[in-house]
Amino acid sequence: MIPAKPQLSRRFQMQWEPAQGNYVLLYPEGMVKLNGSAAEILKRCDGQHSVPAIVDELEAAFNTGGLRADVDGFLHAASERGWLG
Amino acid sequence: MDAPTIASPIASPLWLLAELTYRCPLHCAFCYNPVDYANQRDELTTSEWIDTMRQARALGAVQLGFSGGEPLLRDDLEELIGAGHRLGFYTNLITSGIGLTEPRIARMKEHGLNHIQLSFQDSTREMNDFLSSTRTFDLKLRVARLIKQYDYPMVLNVVLHRYNLDHVDRIIEMALEMGVEYLELANTQYYGWGLVNRAQLMPTREQLLRAEAVVNAYRQRIGNRVRILFVVPDYFEERPKACMNGWGSVFLGIAPDGTALPCHAARSLPGIAFPSVRDFSVKDIWYASGAFNRYRGDAWMRSPCSTCPERHKDFGGCRCQAYALTGDAANADPVCAKSPHHADVQAIVMAAHRAQGRQAVQPIVFRTDANSRRIGAGGT
Repeated sequence: MIPAKPQLSRRFQMQWEPAQGNYVLLYPEGMVKLNGSAAEILKRCDGQHSVPAIVDELEAAFNTGGLRADVDGFLHAASERGWLG
Repeated sequence: MDAPTIASPIASPLWLLAELTYRCPLHCAFCYNPVDYANQRDELTTSEWIDTMRQARALGAVQLGFSGGEPLLRDDLEELIGAGHRLGFYTNLITSGIGLTEPRIARMKEHGLNHIQLSFQDSTREMNDFLSSTRTFDLKLRVARLIKQYDYPMVLNVVLHRYNLDHVDRIIEMALEMGVEYLELANTQYYGWGLVNRAQLMPTREQLLRAEAVVNAYRQRIGNRVRILFVVPDYFEERPKACMNGWGSVFLGIAPDGTALPCHAARSLPGIAFPSVRDFSVKDIWYASGAFNRYRGDAWMRSPCSTCPERHKDFGGCRCQAYALTGDAANADPVCAKSPHHADVQAIVMAAHRAQGRQAVQPIVFRTDANSRRIGAGGT
């Protein structure tokens, strides 16, 4: 189940790691490396953006179209892993 | 002619484990701390710890664990948490809970502590208090409530062995009641005090299979409400664990006196001069020291590891276990069925069970200063 306005769970902390050159998601005694697109989606999971709004922003920012399926797929996986609050 | 080999670049450390002290109010029979810990009293100062944290963070370490011994025995713990938080670490406190009062837990929150891992020895007062040789069960229950009251994510850690494996259902119920996010069921690893007490602690295969079935049934029922980690006891396996995800790969442990270790138990290995942060920079230790390069990569491996297709998956297992069971840390971990010493592991399990059946095992040796000094002086 993807929430209408997804929000990163308060149990996870996202931050930029200069030594790795990527964003990471931190949780008790663990870490997930995020690739560029995963990080761009998660940055917009602030509880304010609806899923279509996230897609619109990404398509505008990266001057492309047809991202809805990719965003849905990622949010579905993120939700299963408990990353969305 | 052999193909030319290209050394792969050394990745930066990700995990900094700060073992702030070996002092501990508990006396757990399975503790992985060195059995001669009582001889090591020279702890790093506050500023030495902060400098070590700063250097490790600059290299790329992002997870910071405060452990021990009991880290709450350091009265600068809050200051160290604050420093770690400001450096950008995700900060973890790994504790028995003894000394975790409400004023301290509130101060830690203010200083930016992210998570608390609380250990229990069992779901029953009797067994918890027996195995830790203390009366701490009720205190731990109060601490668990405090942790949730202050809204920390929490890992409940219980070390498993033959005395509590049959209580796994009640341990899971306790975790559900506490509202923890994670339950770590860690079967005893036989290092340090755990190795001393191996014959006492060794479970039967039937106990393990029953416990694993209980865990799987709960996972089905409770879903993600509590994520249960079940760390398999490797003496019963056919392949070794990928210990530390490889030597010098992600983990940097710092002992109370500043000795840098590629794994918690590495001090048990003879003939390796583990460098201290008092003498060398963390960068030199991680990238250039003989100790951290000793078993890095696969050039050190012998048969059967050197040609094994799984050598980059399990890295030949655990060096400390290879040393403890074969006398040479460069051998394959004998937990592996491909090791010529594998039969010895099975013999140890069987001997433990025979001794338990005859009630002939030695009494449990609790982790006390007196026992540590006795063993450190060459006693048994």
